[in-house]
Amino acid sequence: MSIRERLSGNEAAATAMKQINPDVVAAFPITPSTEIPQYFSTFVDNGQVDTEFVAVESEHSAMSACIGAEAAGSRAMTATSANGLSLMWEMIYIASSLRLPIVMSLVNRAVSGPLNIHNDHSDAMGVRDSGWIQLFSETNQEAYDNLIMAHRIAENKDVLLPLMVCQDGFITSHSIENIELIEDEKVKEFVGKYKPEHYLLNKKEPIAIGPLDVQAYLFEHKYQQAEAMRRAKQVILDVAKDFEKMTGRKYGLFEEYRLDDAEIAIVCMNSTAGTTKDVVDALREKGIKAGLLKIRVFRPFPAEEVAKALSHLKAVAVLDKADSLNGVGGALFEDVVSGMYLNKNTVPTVSYVYGIGGRDTTSKEIESVFNDLMEDRKKEKIENPYRYIGLRKE
Amino acid sequence: MTDINKDTSACKMTIAGNIYEAGNAREFKTGDWRSVKPVYIPEKCIQCGLCFPVCPEDAIPVGKDQKRTDFNYDYCKGCGVCAKVCPFGAITMKVEGE
Repeated sequence: MSIRERLSGNEAAATAMKQINPDVVAAFPITPSTEIPQYFSTFVDNGQVDTEFVAVESEHSAMSACIGAEAAGSRAMTATSANGLSLMWEMIYIASSLRLPIVMSLVNRAVSGPLNIHNDHSDAMGVRDSGWIQLFSETNQEAYDNLIMAHRIAENKDVLLPLMVCQDGFITSHSIENIELIEDEKVKEFVGKYKPEHYLLNKKEPIAIGPLDVQAYLFEHKYQQAEAMRRAKQVILDVAKDFEKMTGRKYGLFEEYRLDDAEIAIVCMNSTAGTTKDVVDALREKGIKAGLLKIRVFRPFPAEEVAKALSHLKAVAVLDKADSLNGVGGALFEDVVSGMYLNKNTVPTVSYVYGIGGRDTTSKEIESVFNDLMEDRKKEKIENPYRYIGLRKE
Repeated sequence: MTDINKDTSACKMTIAGNIYEAGNAREFKTGDWRSVKPVYIPEKCIQCGLCFPVCPEDAIPVGKDQKRTDFNYDYCKGCGVCAKVCPFGAITMKVEGE
């Protein structure tokens, strides 16, 4: 029997880490993820975990310590947000290119400046090309579940890539929700022991990690990473299947909510999907065929599957909680439309940037997006596909 | 060690360029980096022993008889320190390829 609890998103993440009981956790406090290492250090102090907790002096050091620990042959985890992730930047690439399956809990927050500690996805979007697997979570339950599945995905021999589980700062990290926890023993069995094939502390096999990689080699090593990222898609699905057997909770690359017979739909990630589901239900009552596609796996991006799932629609709005400042549209929008184009499933699609710096996005605003789509579907050519929600423009 | 060279395909290379064997630095012929080359003139050398201790690459072989022989160009990077310390003009620096 699972354990019924009520936890905040940060408590859920810390609880998952407690049950995973990694060898090393190295983290530095930063709002809104501070509570994760805070709760975790309590578990260490109470002897509830065997983890070596490294209280580092910066996030650069946190990621460096995780890299060292993982390369040595142990399982390492960390948590951070926004500018903490920015300070890790250099080591983020080292972790993925050295193929070290570190797992991070990223509590999404706006990257300054000007200084803002509230939720948007600019931190995660900043590292979307760094070779980390990125899973997004609508609820505290999903943040917990994604972390329980994380090591099985990251440490798979066909993958060996670091993984970050994202959730919305404050909106889920500091909100208490009902949650179903898995028993400690079951988690232990599911996650399993970390058995790396090669590691630095193996006396029988002295190895070198991260050697000089000149013109004749780096290209091929990047290709190896790209291949691992492509293979990760199937591994994520396989692990989700095992997870469903244990918990009954089903996960895919994305969630389709009332999408199969929809005519218009929103694509988004994290907590905004919850608001959108509510609006979809309300519109359905009025006879409007609205739907939602909620991305769970953003890296690797399931381009083909998304394009197929949206192919029957009349108009689509992609919501980005970070502005790419590229003059074209959000990062998720670009991935969705290029996926449609490559798979010859093009549907009229618009980009909405929303919720920057923690700006509330209400159900009324989501409804206005669906209203826009109702108009757009009638048009031959969509005017102004680069839009904003809740912005005071003029 | 697995022989990995500039013609090895990605699927045959180790992950992340990891090297699964110790003590392989000697396989990396750093002499390739050289742009100027020291030339040993044995007729002028009196075997004073000043040159080989200053070589940062240990590229001046010394025999059991304590006498030096010609340079090991596999590892000599052409820094020129040996030519600088030689009081007898027994080492001259020459531009590579000339």
